[in-house]
Amino acid sequence: MKTVVKLFARARDLAGAPTLELDLEESATAADLRAVIGEQVPALQIILPSLLIAIGNDYAGPATRVAGRTDLAAFPPVSGG
Amino acid sequence: MIQLTQDPIDFAALTESVRSTQAGAVVLFLGTVREMTHGRQTVALDYDGYPEMAEAKLRDLESEARSRWPVVEAGIVHRLGHLELGDVSVAVAVSCPHRHQAFDAGRFLIDRLKEVVPIWKKENWSDGSTEWVHPGTDEAVDSRQ
Repeated sequence: MKTVVKLFARARDLAGAPTLELDLEESATAADLRAVIGEQVPALQIILPSLLIAIGNDYAGPATRVAGRTDLAAFPPVSGG
Repeated sequence: MIQLTQDPIDFAALTESVRSTQAGAVVLFLGTVREMTHGRQTVALDYDGYPEMAEAKLRDLESEARSRWPVVEAGIVHRLGHLELGDVSVAVAVSCPHRHQAFDAGRFLIDRLKEVVPIWKKENWSDGSTEWVHPGTDEAVDSRQ
């Protein structure tokens, strides 16, 4: 299923776009999402190990289901302050 | 009060906003744009953020601080966009009945902010290169522009 993921910081720069539209299995988890990002967007492979996934306003654990969600984001470790 | 802003932070007003006759201690923390990092010279920083999640995380942190210390008032303001040397990027103001509580709560808020709130800074180095700061990533990221 088509799933949109927002990108921020270096992830957005590397992808060259503020969002990704990915094709995910209905059972896809956050770990699957990370793998699909690596397959479908090779430019992001370099930061894949550290890429964080958020659902809504919370960080997603690897087993969290993500398919069908409309509030997904992916970004590298934060550095505010 | 939780706020993200593109404008300069009025930290005097923020400090006033947390003062209270119930509090004997007010602590203000300011994060400011530093010129030198490990021998490299910064000329400016650009901050990016995921506003909805950042505000939610900041509210969560305030709630957690209130559950751990007798916080009377708390205010956190983070600036986004292009900041010059010396500009204030973040302000945390906390009031508590006693100073130890205010220092501890303020330190907790800024320490956790830097760990969990989705905001990122990009260095603009004096040699013309730029670099996203992403703690814990393996390589130094350097992109000429």
